[in-house]
Amino acid sequence: MKKKAYDVVIIGGGIVGCATAFELAKRGVTDVLLVEKGFLTSGATGRCGAGIRQQWGSELNAQIALESTQIFENLEEYTGYQHSCELHQGGYLLVAYTEKEWAQFQENLKVQHALGIDARAVDLKEAKEIVPILNTDGMFGATFCQKDGHANPFHCTQAYAQGAQRMGVEIATYTTVTGFQVKGGHIAAVETDKGTVEARLVINCANVRAPGLAKMVGQDVPVTSERHQALVTEPVAPLMDCMVMSFVRSYYVQQVPHGSFVMGIGPQEEPSFNFQSSWQFLEKNCAVICEALPALRKLRVVRQWAGQYDLSPDRNPVIDEAEQAKGFYSVCGFSGHGFMVSPRVAILVANHLTGQEDSLDIRRFSAKRYETGELLLEPAVV
Amino acid sequence: MSDSNTILCRCEDLTRERILECIHQGYCTIDEIKRVTRAGMGPCQGRTCRMLIAQELSNYYHIPMEEVMMSSFRPPIKPIPMGVLADAYEEGGDQK
Repeated sequence: MKKKAYDVVIIGGGIVGCATAFELAKRGVTDVLLVEKGFLTSGATGRCGAGIRQQWGSELNAQIALESTQIFENLEEYTGYQHSCELHQGGYLLVAYTEKEWAQFQENLKVQHALGIDARAVDLKEAKEIVPILNTDGMFGATFCQKDGHANPFHCTQAYAQGAQRMGVEIATYTTVTGFQVKGGHIAAVETDKGTVEARLVINCANVRAPGLAKMVGQDVPVTSERHQALVTEPVAPLMDCMVMSFVRSYYVQQVPHGSFVMGIGPQEEPSFNFQSSWQFLEKNCAVICEALPALRKLRVVRQWAGQYDLSPDRNPVIDEAEQAKGFYSVCGFSGHGFMVSPRVAILVANHLTGQEDSLDIRRFSAKRYETGELLLEPAVV
Repeated sequence: MSDSNTILCRCEDLTRERILECIHQGYCTIDEIKRVTRAGMGPCQGRTCRMLIAQELSNYYHIPMEEVMMSSFRPPIKPIPMGVLADAYEEGGDQK
């Protein structure tokens, strides 16, 4: 940390923190320090499945995902990044295994079509044309959106971080926040293991660590952590171009441009801060995925890892200012889909903090919704 | 020794030049270099390149090898076919 005081301190070097730093700098707020406990993407961003999808069931999520995808499509140019962010729009094939799910997909399509998202229902014959190695047994149908896909989370985060740095933002990695100072009901300073810095605004983008940090200033953020695991195989020649995903059987699987397959299944476990991978996951994941895509049986697993979802009660983000410490904002609770919505959410936060207008109402994301019952319900979430 | 022809990560075809370029750009740990270049993400999972990259970091930062921050060692130790793992799965077997 080069200075003793900054206008804004952002906590968290994942894509949400870095994108927020970039969007603030773009709006002229460049006296910004971003602190990260490890290295950039060392938390949830670097462990995520990296999917980008617009096939959501609520208008709000579909809108945010659509606008985020449009930014991902030009992220290198948007941020001035020299490397490719490896966006590949091979599509998402969402498969329905129950009649109820299939009916819900038809409702979701109506929402998507109203926003101009180019998704469509496909029968099992067409699903098999899209993914020739798919075992369609037990499936009722699927929906497909060609513009969905995936990107490289490391490079997307670097793109935002380096863009922000060029505009004057300072990034301090391997720096841990240890406390805060509040004066007269307003955030005044951030204490770290490398020293204390004054700040007028603090943005808490620390994913599963965000509730603990918020608690230090008396803010109650109803977000819990849940371990999710994933694995990657050796690279092979192209076998399928799109992501295949099921909500009912709770799996996703894709072949990335590099040739390897990245996949995961949803867990059934209690909240924890467990970052260890398990053999139980390895076996169950392979059983579930090999049933859907039997051709993958021969592929060898080279690595497995675990990460954390920052789960909110309605599986949507919480964006809130602390009542006891004005100027302290928590932006968390992305519940496993933070990567794909981060470009648009960062714009929303930056617009709000710089007093600019936004087509989305940031108040909808307040945790007050859990008291008033105005939940952000989403039928299409893992 | 030519940097452009010396391969440090054989699985991902990364030259010493590419690794040094990352270090000069400010990536200061094996973990960071792994994520931007894929060094150590191939079939051998860094058995060859991990210590070679550590050596480069040790040289550049003038720190002893034992102070270079290691990246995580992740399972499995050897690549295993998905079919073998799938066949080992028993419903409720993880509860036993």
